[in-house]
Amino acid sequence: MTRNGPFAFLFSALFVVFMTAPLVVVMGVSLTPEGFLEFPPSGLSLRWFRAILENPDFIDAAWISLYLGIASASLATVLAVPAALAIGRRRFAGRDFLLALFMSPLTVPTIVLGIAFLRFLSQFGLNGTFVGLTLCHAIFITPFILRLVLASVTGLDRTIEKAAESLGASDFTVFRRVTLPMIMPGVVGGWVLAFITSFDELTVTVFIVNPSTTTLPVRLFAHITQTTDPLVASISTVVILFTVGLMFLIERLYGLDRLLVGGEGR
Amino acid sequence: MPGRFAPWLMSAPALALFVALLLVPLGMTFVLSFHAFGFYTGIETTVDLANYIDVLSDGYFHEIFARTFGIALVTTLLCAAIGTPEAYFLYRMRSRWRSALLLVVIGPLLISVVVRTLGWAILLGNRGVINTALMDLELITRPIKMMYTTGGIVIALVHVMIPFMVIAVWAALHRQDPATEQAAESLGAGPATIFFRVVLPQAMPGVLSGSLIVFSLSASAFATPAILGGRRVKVVSTTVYDEFLNTLNWPLGAAIAMLLLVAVLLVMVSWNRLVERRFAQVFG
Amino acid sequence: MAFLELTGLTKRFGEVTAVEDFDLTVERGEFVSLLGPSGCGKTTTLQMIAGFEQPTAGSITLEGRDLVAVKARNRGIGIVFQSYALFPHMTVAQNVAFGLEMRKVAPAERQRRVEQALALVHLEALAGRYPRAMSGGQRQRVALARALVIEPEILLLDEPLSNLDAKLREEMQLELRGIQQRMGVTTILVTHDQTEAMALSDRVAVMHRGRLVQVADPLQAYENPLTDFVSSFLGKTNRLEGRVLERQSGGCRVAVGETTFEAPPPPDEAAAGGGRVIVSIRPEKVEFRPAGAGLVEGRAAARIFLGDHWLYQVETPLGVLLVIRQNAGPAEVETGGSVGLAWDPAQVRLLPYEAQA
Repeated sequence: MTRNGPFAFLFSALFVVFMTAPLVVVMGVSLTPEGFLEFPPSGLSLRWFRAILENPDFIDAAWISLYLGIASASLATVLAVPAALAIGRRRFAGRDFLLALFMSPLTVPTIVLGIAFLRFLSQFGLNGTFVGLTLCHAIFITPFILRLVLASVTGLDRTIEKAAESLGASDFTVFRRVTLPMIMPGVVGGWVLAFITSFDELTVTVFIVNPSTTTLPVRLFAHITQTTDPLVASISTVVILFTVGLMFLIERLYGLDRLLVGGEGR
Repeated sequence: MPGRFAPWLMSAPALALFVALLLVPLGMTFVLSFHAFGFYTGIETTVDLANYIDVLSDGYFHEIFARTFGIALVTTLLCAAIGTPEAYFLYRMRSRWRSALLLVVIGPLLISVVVRTLGWAILLGNRGVINTALMDLELITRPIKMMYTTGGIVIALVHVMIPFMVIAVWAALHRQDPATEQAAESLGAGPATIFFRVVLPQAMPGVLSGSLIVFSLSASAFATPAILGGRRVKVVSTTVYDEFLNTLNWPLGAAIAMLLLVAVLLVMVSWNRLVERRFAQVFG
Repeated sequence: MAFLELTGLTKRFGEVTAVEDFDLTVERGEFVSLLGPSGCGKTTTLQMIAGFEQPTAGSITLEGRDLVAVKARNRGIGIVFQSYALFPHMTVAQNVAFGLEMRKVAPAERQRRVEQALALVHLEALAGRYPRAMSGGQRQRVALARALVIEPEILLLDEPLSNLDAKLREEMQLELRGIQQRMGVTTILVTHDQTEAMALSDRVAVMHRGRLVQVADPLQAYENPLTDFVSSFLGKTNRLEGRVLERQSGGCRVAVGETTFEAPPPPDEAAAGGGRVIVSIRPEKVEFRPAGAGLVEGRAAARIFLGDHWLYQVETPLGVLLVIRQNAGPAEVETGGSVGLAWDPAQVRLLPYEAQA
């Protein structure tokens, strides 16, 4: 295949600078010893990372985001896997409707989802509760899991299951020993993507938290809209490093391009 | 698993959640948008079109909607203009470099939008990195105003949205036969001709679907315009936010949100129609 | 001066040598096939002629002009790809016109030549169609018209028929050969299908592990293979490991196991190898004799009916031998029957010894 020329190289280099600049700047600023934002930092100091420890608000928020991500991703996975199996391998009346419904959170503007959840939860006194947050997050992360599990379900060779059946396996055994292991990469990939999406979410969450269930992105957002001090930079740096760590984990387990591009980009 | 109702049984738990926590809330919000709001009385359960008439007849809201869709449109065009060639270069890259670059391109998708926007706030401020650098180089004497401008919002949104464009185009490029490029070359086409006459037309479905994603996400983006635009450069979603959490005029906020929803859905449906009509014959 | 000359052509990808020291000359109007199993370097050679790969060493000249320095787009070579590589977003006529557009041929002239090219492949009626609305055979014809319309100096065919079903493939072979001869265009075909190569070409160039092993016209290559590989790759053969016992006038005696028989003179390499040779006898050259009257005796272990001929497996002291007999009525030998086998000593081929590939 013909290779890229100097123009392509220059273009890509500028593109990389553009993509990484804001992240590099955030991480750089977080190392400043000063009390204000400066880049490049005049010295190197972990002062603002120590400051995180003195702000239990942020630490509590991080824990809530973590619990919320795990709870909602798990709930959504449990609901989405059987639905994906039904939609992916059966032709039945209403199939298109179900698929459209389960994918619709990607189409509806998130701000609309946010106020709809707020309206609903406040009606039933669930606003700001962890349960309410978990249910709402499960809604908008379901499409991510469904898409990946659907991809692995439709890519499945059904004769393998028939082979297992012909060898005397019961329906449940076929599912547990044959089907599930084969779609497992999709399920795990979907869970991780759903977890990250929940962990990062702001627009919906900002409407449905109360002070005791504030998540990390909401806390950061509230802080940034009032003031930008190096503290938000150091917290953001921790978030970046956490996400990059997860990214490497995904790359190892599943392949990042497969997760985000949807299995086509190979 | 046999049985006619098995698929519905398997989907039932998810269906129950989606009906209870998606369809019902959206319906309630739709109803809410017809209610009235009094500063002292709160929400009144009257039903009329007052909120919609307010929004549709007020120049203030016109401006906000125009700004929102203007930002979304420019963001989409920039993403297509930058993302399409980048996806092509990525596609032609040697695999070792490609994996690394792909990580840089799509990795940021996983990093919180709040964090990424914070980076842009630090870069774009009057005493931010870009202005400081330009002044140190004595290229400018006074800082260029980029915070609290639509331009600043567009730059940051391009950063947030461009991975979607690259992914969509990249997927389309992988569906095409790489030998078509060689065929064009053997027939005498240069690199630019190959890109514009052979590669781009085949990647067009990807560019168009990527554009739709970028446009609809940009039109309803919240975090980026909220942080970089603040109260000064309002868009639809930040207006809804203010109506709900500051003014507490939920019915008006709901009406604005419904208009946004309808507008986005309209764009999506007509876009898909257009694309289908254009490409049904060729790609199908 | 030859028309197209490849000299010492070599291509390495890192540690891997794809093509090594490849020499070939092609005359104007000739049809030459590069034949070999997958991974033998034939496609890489084609890519170098086309200009999509740069040779590591060696030269390619066209009528004495160096071609390596010329960019692919300026080489004026027409290529039919295995996947056809039609532009899916262009109609048939637009596909065919593309190369003329690149050459800035005036629109009127362009249209005339497109029509001419489409007539050549009998597709005038489908000029307005898009490729996806066409069958494999039709796409193949479009690809051929697109490559020929630019009046290429050389036509390269990269496994052009491998995606067609057997019957269509045969039809296209005849048509391809006809068009090539009428146009007189110098053609190089890359294929792994030996019958296709033999059916179409003036000469076949057999490649093995990046090297050219033999160039000859199809009959010559089939009848007088230079190596064990060529004899096994072109058609079926009975491959036996033997030893030269003694030279005689105009030939020699070879032994395979306990059995000895006469054969033509051994290759020069045999002396160095202590007389070890590969004995190759084509199955259709073997004849049946009554039991006890053959050069070697055996028992028909199995036979397969293949329409125009029978294929027998005969167990002999030499091993299992394949015998092909024309279907001229009932089978000559029943399964399980004892039979003698004989052949004309002149039809035996002795080849330099190689361990079995």
